[in-house]
Amino acid sequence: MSEILTPPLKTSTGRTLRTEEMVVNMGPQHPSTHGVLRLELVVDGEIVVDVIPHIGYLHRCFEKHSEAMTNYQQVIPYCDRLDYLASMNMDWGYALAVEKLLAIQVPERVEYIRVIMAELQRIASHLIALGTYGLDVGAFTPFLFMFRDRERILDLFEMTCGARLLYNYIWVGGVSHDLPPGFIDKARAFCKYFRPNIKECNDLLTFNEIFIKRTANVGVLPREVAIAYACSGPMLRGSGVDFDLRRDDPYGIYNKFQWNVVTGKGEVGTVGDCWDRYMVRVREMEQSLDIIEQALDQIPDGDVQSSIPKRIRPNPGDVYVRTESPRGEIGFYIISDGSQTPYRVKARSPAFVNLSVCPEICRGSMIADVVAIVGSIDIVLGEIDR
Amino acid sequence: MTPQEISEKLKAKFSDAVVETKLEGVLDPYLKIQPARLLEAAAFLCDEDDLQFDYLMCLSGVDYSKGILGVVYHCYSMTKGHKITIKVDVPAEKPDVPSVASVWPTANWHEREAYDLFGIRFAGHPDLRRILLPEDWDGYPLRKDYKVPEFYQGMKVPY
Amino acid sequence: MEQIFRTLTENDFLIYFLMSVIPLLWVVPYALFAVWLERKVSAHMQDRLGPMRVGGWHGWAQTVADILKLIQKEDIVPAAADKKLHFLAPWVVFIGSYAAFATIPFSSAYIGSNISIGLFYVIAVSAIVVVGILMAGWSSNNKWSLFGAMRAAAQIVSYEIPTALALLAVVMVAGTLNLQEINQHQAGWFWNWYLFRKFPFVFIAFIIYFVASLAETNRTPFDIPEAESELVAGYHTEYSGMKFALFFLAEYANMFAVSAIGSTLFLGGWNSPFGDLLGGPVWGAFWFLSKGMFFVFVQMWLRWTLPRLRVDQLMYVSWKVLTPWAFACILGVGFWMMM
Repeated sequence: MSEILTPPLKTSTGRTLRTEEMVVNMGPQHPSTHGVLRLELVVDGEIVVDVIPHIGYLHRCFEKHSEAMTNYQQVIPYCDRLDYLASMNMDWGYALAVEKLLAIQVPERVEYIRVIMAELQRIASHLIALGTYGLDVGAFTPFLFMFRDRERILDLFEMTCGARLLYNYIWVGGVSHDLPPGFIDKARAFCKYFRPNIKECNDLLTFNEIFIKRTANVGVLPREVAIAYACSGPMLRGSGVDFDLRRDDPYGIYNKFQWNVVTGKGEVGTVGDCWDRYMVRVREMEQSLDIIEQALDQIPDGDVQSSIPKRIRPNPGDVYVRTESPRGEIGFYIISDGSQTPYRVKARSPAFVNLSVCPEICRGSMIADVVAIVGSIDIVLGEIDR
Repeated sequence: MTPQEISEKLKAKFSDAVVETKLEGVLDPYLKIQPARLLEAAAFLCDEDDLQFDYLMCLSGVDYSKGILGVVYHCYSMTKGHKITIKVDVPAEKPDVPSVASVWPTANWHEREAYDLFGIRFAGHPDLRRILLPEDWDGYPLRKDYKVPEFYQGMKVPY
Repeated sequence: MEQIFRTLTENDFLIYFLMSVIPLLWVVPYALFAVWLERKVSAHMQDRLGPMRVGGWHGWAQTVADILKLIQKEDIVPAAADKKLHFLAPWVVFIGSYAAFATIPFSSAYIGSNISIGLFYVIAVSAIVVVGILMAGWSSNNKWSLFGAMRAAAQIVSYEIPTALALLAVVMVAGTLNLQEINQHQAGWFWNWYLFRKFPFVFIAFIIYFVASLAETNRTPFDIPEAESELVAGYHTEYSGMKFALFFLAEYANMFAVSAIGSTLFLGGWNSPFGDLLGGPVWGAFWFLSKGMFFVFVQMWLRWTLPRLRVDQLMYVSWKVLTPWAFACILGVGFWMMM
């Protein structure tokens, strides 16, 4: 029998493996990578020595397509499909950037509607994040409870614009449809229904001994690393940084409402571990409920389509506008050359930047922890790959 | 600090490297810097006590056509709360820009994306390879003069 | 039961063969029922309905349809897999699970093999499952299956120890390893059950046994080997069709086997809880099966409630929590009996 000699193995970045190391591939088809993400794990037994993320499986040329549109409004459906679990926030970010270039103001009713939709979307997106996170850790039941509650939000959206996931609702200069009759009552009923359910999920999952063991002190992201890697959203706030774009780089009418910014405090482990990020999302849902209820009380009447420009032809110039999506800072850098077609639309997606810190915080943990950490980053491949 | 003050401080140290300043009449005030001194300027922006631009919001590649590529850096300071934009222009035949990944680690992936889609080479980048497109893709799609290839590994590309 | 068969035929081999098939008559329909039950239990816990259509009333024939589907499925074996091991692995796992039924008394009239070391035999033979799992993980030529298999081997072997120690506490009280005799000692009303004797030591031993048996059967919170969200399906990722069905059958058979042992040793087995009321060989079978099914239901209940432990935490629980407490129970029972 001839001896089979194998050359020294290398990872895709060119690092040569030691004898006891093994390259295991997680994805692109994998129940826990939340989409088509390939994680090349270099493992020594169960300990992960290195993580090399490979993305691009869902690249759909968003930026190139925007340059081919004949109208700035035509880019909105593409924005929906960036982070398809938070479409309202994507639309709003883009619409805000174009409105800044055009220097137009939208009526107050539109602002209120946008806030209500964005916050409802934030709750829906967090429900998915938390439910699938429970699934990653092995708890099958909270996933279904959270999706049941999310269905109510999707019913509200369907009532308004006819779509459940990709809305094409927030347009440059206004919104596509006004709130239908009965929406405000139904939204109030939802808020009343949902608040006790947050407590139910907390009892079932958040303070469960086993869940805490799986997530506390796992994937600790220190403050300085978070800022250096430009993390945003619950990832940043989970590390104890008190920063929320809705308050610190204000847009819309968030300053009219009473609400708090939630940060991680290391209650059951270290500040910046997976549990903190999880808890920030849970508490943010409560804050969003507060904002929605206040907005529903204060919303004025008005015409929502009066300020939608017939022709969008901004002056030449460029602007970078960032808004707070459920995953973090979604930024749109738009360059206009004075024509009706955008010259350059760059989408700075929060999950793209948040995922880049994954190798740093995964080193030294176990394979099961990698799953927990990637789940706590809360990625959506749509916006990572655009 | 206001954009005026920031631009004064930057010009005081890099007077010869600042090519253009536009603080009025634009939505985002910016300074255009020579690529050669970019790394120094980035370190200055990040470390200087008054400036403390520790958060790189966005790094975008741009194709200005007429044979010029550019990189735009949007910087923000978490401690001070001020913003500034830095722009860098390079010729399309030789698009070499120093990498700022050592100053702002987040630039690592952003620069890979700019390289992937525009072909801008970042000198000193720890791991410059394509990020969104397959490793063996030909061409830089977001350039204005990009032609979609007919075939990729035997598959027809335009549908 | 043996006498009934002896009247039919004189051939020893045939008699013993028929006796060994009888548990299969329970295990296979039970497995079909248990899969349906699991789907219904999980559904109702998750605020949904589960199978509703196949067969009419609440989809009772769903598993029958699934089995028919699995039987006619193509058997896919990975090209670089070790064919012999790949074929044998599900059989070894099933044999390990099923052989345990030999010495478990289903009623006062039926026990497969009335040997004096019945309990010892059960614990020993159910460890064969580890070999099967390792064969499955290795032969699949898949790194993830290998991970699942290694974890399963570590887990099952580690949890054998608290299981055996907890059962040892009962054996000390009973004074015999023969399961039929243990059952007979618990005759009478339910306070005669071993669970309530030498309280609280045997009670704690029961809890240790139950937790350890969850790990033996790879159920959540100890289902790392088949951790769906990490390893797709762990050691049986590369199995399809009938071989996969065999793994499933083995898992449910194992669940019932550990439940049966638990109810035999702690809860009186085939004894009626009301003494002579509703007693006798036929009622005995009913009580035995219900107690077993009750624990199967509790195992399902826990699966859909709790998240899963990480591998090192699992090992910690076994070696540093359950084993010391099991030793403490043995000491407690021992001292009690000496006084």
